[in-house]
Amino acid sequence: MATLYIDNRPYDVKEGKNLLETCLTLGFDLPYFCWHPAMGSVGACRQCAIKIFKDENDTAGRLVMSCMEPVGKETRISLDHPDAEKFRKSVIEWLMTNHPHDCAVCDEGGSCHLQDMTVMTGHNYRRFEFPKRTYVNQYLGPLINHEMNRCIQCYRCVRFYKDYAGGKDLDVYAAHNHVYFGREKDGILESEFSGNLAEICPTGVFTDKTLKQHYSRKWDFTFAPSVCQHCSLGCNIIAGERYGELRQITSRYNGDVNGYFICDRGRFGYEAANSVDRIYQPALKEENVSLNQEYIINDIAALLSTSNCVGIGSPRASLESNFALQQLVGNGNYYSGWSDEEHRLNKAALNILQNRTAEIVSLKQIEQYDSILILGEDLTNTAPMAALTVRQAVRKKPVENAQQNINLATWHDAALREYIQQRHSDLFILHPHSTKLDEIATQVSYSTPHEIAAKGFTIAAAIDATADQVIDQIATSLLNAQKPLIITGTSLFNEPLLAAAEAIVKALKKRGKQPGIFITQADCNSMGLAMMNVPPLSSAFSKLSDSTLIILETDLYRNLSTEKADEIMNLPKRIIVFDHIKSTTSEKADIKVPVGMFSEADGTIVNNEGRAQRFFQVFVPKNEWLKESWRWLSLLKALKDGKAIDENLSISNIQSTLVEALPQFRGIEDAALSEDFRLNGQKVPRAPHRYSGRTAMLSNENVSEPKPPQDIDSPMSFTMEGYRGIPPSSVTPFFWSPGWNSVQSINKFQIEIGGPLHDGNPGVRLVNSNSSITPIDFEQKTEKISLKEFEWQLVPVYHIFGSEELSAKAPAIAELTPKPYLGLNQYSLAKLNLQENDMATIEHHGRAYQLPVRLRAEINNEVALILFGLPQTAFFVKPVIIKIRPASNGITNNNSKHE
Amino acid sequence: MLAVKEIKFSTEALKKVDEIIARYPESRQKSALLPLLHLAQAEFGWCSTEVMDYVASLLNINPIEVYEVASFYTMYHLKPSGKYVLEVCRTGPCCLVGAEKIINILENKLGVKEGEVTPDGLFSFKGVECLAACGYGPVLQIGPEYTFYENLTEESVDELLTQLRNKN
Repeated sequence: MATLYIDNRPYDVKEGKNLLETCLTLGFDLPYFCWHPAMGSVGACRQCAIKIFKDENDTAGRLVMSCMEPVGKETRISLDHPDAEKFRKSVIEWLMTNHPHDCAVCDEGGSCHLQDMTVMTGHNYRRFEFPKRTYVNQYLGPLINHEMNRCIQCYRCVRFYKDYAGGKDLDVYAAHNHVYFGREKDGILESEFSGNLAEICPTGVFTDKTLKQHYSRKWDFTFAPSVCQHCSLGCNIIAGERYGELRQITSRYNGDVNGYFICDRGRFGYEAANSVDRIYQPALKEENVSLNQEYIINDIAALLSTSNCVGIGSPRASLESNFALQQLVGNGNYYSGWSDEEHRLNKAALNILQNRTAEIVSLKQIEQYDSILILGEDLTNTAPMAALTVRQAVRKKPVENAQQNINLATWHDAALREYIQQRHSDLFILHPHSTKLDEIATQVSYSTPHEIAAKGFTIAAAIDATADQVIDQIATSLLNAQKPLIITGTSLFNEPLLAAAEAIVKALKKRGKQPGIFITQADCNSMGLAMMNVPPLSSAFSKLSDSTLIILETDLYRNLSTEKADEIMNLPKRIIVFDHIKSTTSEKADIKVPVGMFSEADGTIVNNEGRAQRFFQVFVPKNEWLKESWRWLSLLKALKDGKAIDENLSISNIQSTLVEALPQFRGIEDAALSEDFRLNGQKVPRAPHRYSGRTAMLSNENVSEPKPPQDIDSPMSFTMEGYRGIPPSSVTPFFWSPGWNSVQSINKFQIEIGGPLHDGNPGVRLVNSNSSITPIDFEQKTEKISLKEFEWQLVPVYHIFGSEELSAKAPAIAELTPKPYLGLNQYSLAKLNLQENDMATIEHHGRAYQLPVRLRAEINNEVALILFGLPQTAFFVKPVIIKIRPASNGITNNNSKHE
Repeated sequence: MLAVKEIKFSTEALKKVDEIIARYPESRQKSALLPLLHLAQAEFGWCSTEVMDYVASLLNINPIEVYEVASFYTMYHLKPSGKYVLEVCRTGPCCLVGAEKIINILENKLGVKEGEVTPDGLFSFKGVECLAACGYGPVLQIGPEYTFYENLTEESVDELLTQLRNKN
């Protein structure tokens, strides 16, 4: 601890941090631009100047940049010394000389750091009377808008994009007053994290282009704390609504999960909620007409009581919804929506976490590990934010070296990067094809999934060997690391890979190490579904004949082969689908019931590390169908059982039944504060206090303002009324603090800058030791798959845009989705006598599919890559062996079902 | 229109390229960027996008990394330039003693705007950052020898232009 005297008042503070973050932690307002809590200091903008004094007798002092000055044992500073104030005022006046007067039409207005800092500094009159410099803007793709005239040259964008996220196509040009931040020419930004520029930029140079199409000011939104639904990591997000439409997603700080950032799929995938593929009205297959709500529900209830019911759950539906379905159909009649392979994979993932051989690593904790092995996972495309954290993790050792060797603090960003150059700690990647992280890897190797698993077992054996000399480079590195980490996942559908990961952590543990494990899965609630411990789809077959089948928020045709899915769909007498988005399954159902998407619903999902996280309803849609699936299913259960309908059934009610029936979920009630929590007797408002148009918005329908909707599921109100302070972290709908309108106000919500939120980061880790679930045996088969002539192993390749079901429905994401292709290496192309872009015919299960081929020089001779999850490649649901031949003329394309 | 000619260094220049790159440690070949750009500018007259891409390929770096550097330094010409490029200092002190007036004079006398070339191919001019001769402003310099012309006035600019024209 050190003592910091600020204007002669003593404060106990941590030593070694810089003065700016220390002052902000203490709650002082000090303006800044170039410093960012996740990216450290470079001292470029000169905005955070303060006075520092030698000792108590020093009255003159000297001006320093607070972001560049460490806290010493006893430091004396002044924030409001007239010299410092004058300096800061002159800096902002200079920064503002060229800044346009366009706040009224700028998307950043109202959530702008530059506005906040200008007001804070007291610069309110422009003396500069000359023409401002202007620029030509660039087209940067469908996600980000460019408006260079607003730039104040803080360099944060390139520091994030290039240095932090590893982007290659955004840079800074020229000098003096014509500095330009942009691409070499117009074009789509290549980084998967480009959306963060909208939050990183302190003004309106980079803004969210999808928001522009239905723009609202920050103060006019209704916000709710939510959790991203587009991969298994469960990044925390803030979802904003205006005029009954989801309009914006921004990151919600969580010091254990995503930190300050989110990926572009998470930020821009939200438009699926407004897509043309939403199901808004119920439909019966025969007539395909919309029907009265009461009639439909009673009809379904009657169906359920007269026939045996079977339920199929979903890894993208909330725990509550899955549980409500289980309750409705009965324990023995409820199945996961998974194929046998997926079932085993996800159970295996859960099993490894439950064994507790290794530390279960949270997303943000990845940054603490100094030797990382990635076994068969293309993180950038399957769990993008994990790739971003791995990029920070490889700096760990060099940063520590810099501290030891030249006493360089971790926040000294520019100096650190100069010192570190290209050095990085060990990262090993074993994957079938090249990935974006390869550029920072110590060693990469491309082989088939089975060979990767076999290599994993070799590494485990090498670690396990009692011989002092370990010859394997990866084994040596893991053994020598302070904190070794194994990252793997389910995306290659290869169980031995998980077994290999388990074997490696066991071996490391045996040698006295504390290894970490991080396993990614396919969907936002895959772990939750695995924890429910229900049988896979194949077990349902015997019960399906003549049954009433209820399918919850899932598309069987994504998880099963078309043949298998058809088989399931043909057996039951009636099929009822509850879903919010159209799919092959929903369109084949007898009864289709619309339900609320995450923005219209409350629920809990469990992320890949077993952390239960609560997402809250953002707004109440006018369409009364759009409620949580669990609400509909609970209502049906009451009707079926002939019990009274509980109009006030809240999420806590269903959670307490859930925890009673499934004790492994004990703790989900604590993932967020319950609905009866009040602060000073008040609810927490979802809307900022300046929310406008409340009475006018609906006046075309009714001149008297209707009663605002009530929220029986959370301690938040749907309006601006309520508690005015900083709410508890789990129910923080947005970040705002007086004088801090932009996202930078997060500083006020943290215990210390970059640390946990006040009252802790939200979410509850559910996976504990002593679990009652019996471990399953791993399939340890790693023998080589034998291929016949003209046979290849089809291996999935993922793309951040397009491979995930929901986000692919967002127009901006759809625009960026690559065309489907079949990837083959030079040898395979030559063997088939094919050139790039020629059509190849894939034979699989007696059907033929045609795809253009693309050269992927790095892959193995036995491997053929296929882009996963697109409608055109939907026939691919697990690794299979396929026959490939050139598509000859005259053969018609049998792939007609997708056209 | 200028004929599109292939951007490729002569054999002698390529030898020089190898010499320059050899000055820097292994895998630090990017350090050779500044001298290579000078060499390229001497060889091709100005640093077009194609020339910068060519330099990037020689150093095995991304073109954007070359643009970043070349656009920072005013001694690299990113537009076609005349035989004589009059580089007028436009930083504060020179502006106070009339640098902008000198730029106007050049515009009038040469009949071209900044970044354009006179029809005879002799002249172009551009504003550059501080030439470190603040006591003698306004100043301009002319490459490749970078001769300084100080305390400029309308008459001295006139005289300079006549001198240069007479040389040709």
